Amino acid sequence: MSDASTNPTSLTTEEVRRVAVLARLGLSDEEVERLRVEMAGLLGEVSALQAVDTSGVEATGHAVEGVHTVMREDVPVPPLPVADVLANAPRREGDYIRVQAVMEG
Amino acid sequence: MSEHHYQSVREMADALRSGQTTSAALTEEHLARIEALEPQVDAYLAVTADGAREQAAAADAALGAGKGGPLTGIPVQIKDNMATRGVATTCGSRMLEGFVPPYDATVVARLREAGAVMLGKGNMDEFAMGSSTETSAFKPTHNPWDLERVPGGSSGGPAAAVAAGLAPYALGSDTGGSIRQPASCCGIVGLKPTYGLISRYGLVAFGSSLDQIGPMTRTVEDAALVLNAIAGHDPHDSTSLPRPAPDYTAGLKDGVKGMRIGVVAEYFGEGIAPAVADATRAAIERFAALGAEIVEGVSLPTSLTALAAYYIIAPSEASANLARYDGVKYGYSAQDVTDMVGAMAATRDRGLGPEVKRRIMMGTYALSAGYYDAYYKKAQQVRTLIRREFEAAFGRVDLLVTPTAPTPAFRIGEVADPVVMHANDICTVPVNIAGIPAISVPCGFVDGLPVGLQLMGPHLSEATLLRAAHAYEQSAGWFERHPAL
Repeated sequence: MSDASTNPTSLTTEEVRRVAVLARLGLSDEEVERLRVEMAGLLGEVSALQAVDTSGVEATGHAVEGVHTVMREDVPVPPLPVADVLANAPRREGDYIRVQAVMEG
Repeated sequence: MSEHHYQSVREMADALRSGQTTSAALTEEHLARIEALEPQVDAYLAVTADGAREQAAAADAALGAGKGGPLTGIPVQIKDNMATRGVATTCGSRMLEGFVPPYDATVVARLREAGAVMLGKGNMDEFAMGSSTETSAFKPTHNPWDLERVPGGSSGGPAAAVAAGLAPYALGSDTGGSIRQPASCCGIVGLKPTYGLISRYGLVAFGSSLDQIGPMTRTVEDAALVLNAIAGHDPHDSTSLPRPAPDYTAGLKDGVKGMRIGVVAEYFGEGIAPAVADATRAAIERFAALGAEIVEGVSLPTSLTALAAYYIIAPSEASANLARYDGVKYGYSAQDVTDMVGAMAATRDRGLGPEVKRRIMMGTYALSAGYYDAYYKKAQQVRTLIRREFEAAFGRVDLLVTPTAPTPAFRIGEVADPVVMHANDICTVPVNIAGIPAISVPCGFVDGLPVGLQLMGPHLSEATLLRAAHAYEQSAGWFERHPAL
């Protein structure tokens, strides 16, 4: 069991920041540095996979055979009441959810 | 005051039917015990006393009219990642603090129909990510056998509640061991059913190809009773298996005579505490004495890579599932940031804890352009090899046995390195990777702390697992011990 800080797998600060943008995570500089070290350690942990020969092996999605894409009958059913669904919205305007500006005007 | 809190669900049901007690009395006894002990154990994120009293009154009315089943009037705790209509569901995260679901998870609805009395919601690792319940954004849960130690995780609240007599049974969820490892740490029974046997509709999604809900109980028979109530197809969950579920109590007492139980060689050596391996070995001897045929030296070498596959698959799926927490529709929202993308990033930075962020980052990295084939696809291929390895083993034996966790419960704060924390899941993760069922049942004590053994079976072998676990449990008698609180 290797300590994350001594693991040879390298990961740059820029890569961590790029992933944080993809994940929509605003991270502090300290968080970025801590994650850089921890993620390098975890990538070391999962590197055991590369030693397994998987040539010609299909990937497993559903682990139990026989369940594939499931279609239901196209029959309308009553949805949840709008008021119940919107009760948890942080900001509302009538029956709408109010959000921040998507594009600057 | 009558003492029912360490009775099994079956015993409580019998007491209700014979008029020895009422659901109202059982409920009050549990609420009083929660009030007295919860400050030490911290197994609950919310106690729903008023709702419990109403449900108990309804259950007593049903029982008085000669109606109801074995769970009618019996209290239960629900892990806080299952939606409960009108009752806050936090998933152990600030992100969902104050979120009140407008609907019930299918398992919760089925328990309501069965007449259950919900005492409250169980503490857990944030978004079920952890093996100790220490990543809960609200508080750690304490192991009832030693309050300085963790209860395991992520279903640590449910496990501690059931072990401490703060609930007769609980529903947990298991993505990589989150029912079985805390069951082992707290000396109770935990069943992870076959992938697809139980609906996940209303379960907060973590790793969708791995997640399963299951019972956490003090006896194996109770696990069968709870499974009867919650198993079966649900059109709301497209991964649920379109098969009728059998009666899991039928054949429960048929014993293990002639059953072939394979000992998995890889899980008794390196990485497993010798005292844990010894306790499991002693249990295997008892299985032999009960008439099972023990097959030594079953080897599952590829299963040792399951942990690596898991720590790609689970974070990848989590990164996709947790993308929904954007501060727009529900949950925590950073309202002070005025642009949309900045508000989402701030919402997620403030609303999510470090373990969850780390997994989202790992998953996003593994799924990002240029890495998908090397990580996620590779892990899903390895998964196929692990499934085949189990299938081959189950061609030779009925069940496989390993320890459940490599050590007894560790001290709160003792494990900081995530790679070391992950090693807790070494025996349990292969089961989720293969989608097979497994049960943890107490098999003794190490330095006063409970440890469990794990029985694994092929897809949909729950009845066989329960039968074997019941035979061992009744013979070994560990279930009669309770923590001194």
